[in-house]
Amino acid sequence: MKIQHIKYIALSLCLGVLFTQCKDDDDNGNIIEQASCDDGIMNGDEEGIDCGGSCTSCFDLVDFSGTFIQEDIMGRPGVNTVFSGSGTVKDMFNTSLVTERTSFQPIFQNTLELYHDVYGNALGVSLDYETNILGLDAATFTTVLAQFDALQVAPNAQTTYFDPNTGIALTGRTLSDDVIDISLILMFGGTSGSRFDGNNGTPQLTSDGVGPGNRNFTLPFPYLESPLQ
Amino acid sequence: MKKTKFYGLLAIVAIGVFSVILVAADHIDSPAVAGTSVDLADFYAFEGTNPDNTVFVATMQGPLTPGAVTQQAMFSEDVLVEFNIDNTGDFVEDLVIQAIRRDTIMYFFGPYAPNEVGVNSTISKDNVSGQVEISGIDETIISTNNGMSFFAGPRRDAFYFDFNQFNEVVSGNAAPDGFLPSGQASDFFEGLNVLAISVEVPNSLLGTAPPHVAGAVGINGLPDAYNVWVTTKRKQ
Repeated sequence: MKIQHIKYIALSLCLGVLFTQCKDDDDNGNIIEQASCDDGIMNGDEEGIDCGGSCTSCFDLVDFSGTFIQEDIMGRPGVNTVFSGSGTVKDMFNTSLVTERTSFQPIFQNTLELYHDVYGNALGVSLDYETNILGLDAATFTTVLAQFDALQVAPNAQTTYFDPNTGIALTGRTLSDDVIDISLILMFGGTSGSRFDGNNGTPQLTSDGVGPGNRNFTLPFPYLESPLQ
Repeated sequence: MKKTKFYGLLAIVAIGVFSVILVAADHIDSPAVAGTSVDLADFYAFEGTNPDNTVFVATMQGPLTPGAVTQQAMFSEDVLVEFNIDNTGDFVEDLVIQAIRRDTIMYFFGPYAPNEVGVNSTISKDNVSGQVEISGIDETIISTNNGMSFFAGPRRDAFYFDFNQFNEVVSGNAAPDGFLPSGQASDFFEGLNVLAISVEVPNSLLGTAPPHVAGAVGINGLPDAYNVWVTTKRKQ
């Protein structure tokens, strides 16, 4: 190889090093840089650090592998809290499938009766659950709670846990639904729904007396209010 | 046994059963989950402002007091939040919508037919449906994709309940009056926050709803309805 050629090669190598290592600082925006997909910084046409653009998509690099095992479950509000009775049963409920709840039904029924007994004993009278306003006796009511524990949500109708104005029930759960009063009516309201409503000398067991207060349920998505500061 | 002794014994049993701190709806609902990143607080499912959509909301890790506790609360990268949709009426999930945090982003998958049903789940990356930056305490970041909307972050707890008086009632201490009248009753959750995940989905992605399950117990005339529930699942 002629010396002349070696000189040119050496010169072009030097220039190459110069251009890739230096970036200008003339503020003309024509930064010269050699971006790579493994330099630990977001550069070039990357959308994240070393990903996106001409590199591998950022999403492809995120790890979602593994098996996830159930630790908590919720369908209707308050079912586990109110009816399971003991911590052991509550833990079992949370790791159970909706389709495997046959054994919970008698526990739920026992708890429902115990609530009546505890209150009746405090009053010095005998109290038992009475078939509720939906026509469900204790066994059927607690079967629904234990074995069909899901929210029903209707795609083509009003969605509400219960709307006393329209009479629609069990078609969803909105943020504003008073699920506690509805649940108390089903537990303690009896066939009329007003068995223990605080009137005519009865205790008030069908309403907890609180509403949503100053909460705002008319917001657009995500529908929930900003956190209190 | 003397009657007074019997009632005393009954009271002890009753206190044993009911003195456990109860917080509804699902907040702190069992010893194993209380105070952990899997603890569900509430679950809502309702029609969106667009009546062709259904909204699923899960709230978690409540109750959170405002300020530092809320600010520091985080979704766990090990905890998969899964909305389960049964559209055949057998209470087995036919579709799932999954949400899980990676770094500052909540990723969403589905609705799609899961690889497996039951207590174990995996994530099918091919079924990613969206992602959203997790909101801080003073911002509301939402994203949309293919007709779906996504949110994750702290929110005010929408749940209202005089839980202290409930515990008095079920322990017999509130006899003979029961719950307190409006004005005297106190909403335990009034000043508290939760972590929330909201996802809004076109009904066209959820399949056809089955006959309402209430028909099985003789309550007829209710509209066709999906059966839906939420689970939290921890990575093994």
